[in-house]
Amino acid sequence: MKENSLMKKFLLVYLPVILGALIMFYPLVWMVSSSFKPELMIFKDLGIWPKQFTLDNYIDGWSGAGRISFSTYYLNTFLIVLLVIIGNMITCSMTAYAFARFKFPLKNILFSLMLATMMLPVHAVLIPQYTIFYNLGWTNSYLPLIIPKFFATDAFFIFLIVQFIRGLPSQLDEAATIDGCNKFDIYYKIIIPLCTPALVTTAIFTCIWTYNDFFSQLLYISEPKKYTVSLGLKLFLDSTGQSSFGQLFAMSSLSLLPVTIFFIMFQKLLVEGVATSGIKA
Amino acid sequence: MIKTFFKRYGTSYAFLLPWIFGILIFTLIPILVSLYYSFTDFGLFKKPEWIGMTNYIEMFTRDARYIKSIKVTAIYVAVGVPLKLAFALLLAMILNKGMRGLVFFRAVYYVPSLLGGSVAVAILWRQVFGQSGVVNHLLGLIGIRSTTSWIAHPDYTLGVLIALMVWQFGSSMIIFLAGLKQVPIALYEAADIDGAKGVSKFFRITLPMISPVILFNLVMQTIQSFQVFTPAYIIGGPEGKPLDSILFYTLYLYTQGFSRLQMGYASAMAWMLLIVTALITGLIFLTAKNWVFYED
Repeated sequence: MKENSLMKKFLLVYLPVILGALIMFYPLVWMVSSSFKPELMIFKDLGIWPKQFTLDNYIDGWSGAGRISFSTYYLNTFLIVLLVIIGNMITCSMTAYAFARFKFPLKNILFSLMLATMMLPVHAVLIPQYTIFYNLGWTNSYLPLIIPKFFATDAFFIFLIVQFIRGLPSQLDEAATIDGCNKFDIYYKIIIPLCTPALVTTAIFTCIWTYNDFFSQLLYISEPKKYTVSLGLKLFLDSTGQSSFGQLFAMSSLSLLPVTIFFIMFQKLLVEGVATSGIKA
Repeated sequence: MIKTFFKRYGTSYAFLLPWIFGILIFTLIPILVSLYYSFTDFGLFKKPEWIGMTNYIEMFTRDARYIKSIKVTAIYVAVGVPLKLAFALLLAMILNKGMRGLVFFRAVYYVPSLLGGSVAVAILWRQVFGQSGVVNHLLGLIGIRSTTSWIAHPDYTLGVLIALMVWQFGSSMIIFLAGLKQVPIALYEAADIDGAKGVSKFFRITLPMISPVILFNLVMQTIQSFQVFTPAYIIGGPEGKPLDSILFYTLYLYTQGFSRLQMGYASAMAWMLLIVTALITGLIFLTAKNWVFYED
């Protein structure tokens, strides 16, 4: 009887879960394994474990298309990601603090407005934004990607931090006020340190989204030496796509590595971020 | 009076200042400006010239590719979103059966959602469904010889992109899982005593109890999938090849606005997208009172 129900559980729970995971990961594993195979073997040897192992794809692929190597793309990307994270963390937490702790006229309307912008398709504001940046002479620079983030334009994170601050006991603020703290002191001496989990979640998601972003980078950056990893990969696909799959796979696999490492490091926060706030992707 | 207002609320608005400035400059004003542009003939190098409803009339009466882009996007959303949510709910329910290694498997299923939007995964998808890719290889193993390139045949390309969307069901699954954990076990125990079967427990307890989560996922996924861009651009290029089969709405908007510099026309397209998104979201919320169940 007991053995029977164990068997049943294995068949109905473990087996589908494991099989599903294998099917879902097969393409990714195939790409990574192919990236270590010699070019000629990729479509002959379809096994997961390479019969012949080589690092050539990585070495040759890294030098990129044209005269610009992937070192440039990665450095450019990291610079953008870093600045965007700083912008989001500072301004989204400021906005969230005001919404979570203060009473002021128009608060409810402004808060609804903020929630509404979470659902707004970016395309609705795309062309006017582009003409603004174009007239400022900011196209083909990183400014259009970075500057808006210093004005709390990612409402998702405001919402995330608001929810978090609402969970902090307001007696802390009151005690600090009695001790002579003003609202600015409370913000950076109490709220910010206590908000660390929410701020880290913000930083991680900002990092991953900015890193994976393609559309706005495609729109604003035109000069190959300013390209990001996403744009560099697209360029690489266009110039070598049909001739050297090995290198293409190597550079694609490599580009997934930072997000994967991030995920392994911050797995718990990421999953909780999705579960509690419904943050996308 | 102004003085006391500032004294009382000055700090509040000081904290809000970046956001207020941002929402004005980067959101509210651009939305209105794009509405104005949509009634003009406008490009980067020419001043907007008022042409009334011409853009809107043109796209619905003379632009076959516009209609095509609506069809492609509509099929993508209408087929992909329910499939994705069905997979997400199914896996969430299995994972919720109390298994060892839940945290591990939850994480594993979430990874594709994190990586899915990237250029690298779109490149991978190109090769997996290409002529000598994994899909044809696996078909060969079960005895079906196929030399079809699934990304070069207009009948299959949209399916390939839907598969890519469904592959990323992990984030919805996590939200479902959190919802399932909130369902009181007592409800199931009571149903067991009354002799309820698994199927009726699912339809009468599980589904109603997690309907708010379904609503949330449905709205968010629908809005997001209307805006899909990267995988279509990488797989089918800016023109949604082959034969416009993956000419998504946003792809066509990009082509009109930034390749052909028909920015007035692209603004009209953007406004149609805004209206349709708002209508569909509104519709989902309106019907919600008939199928979403809130406790208390």
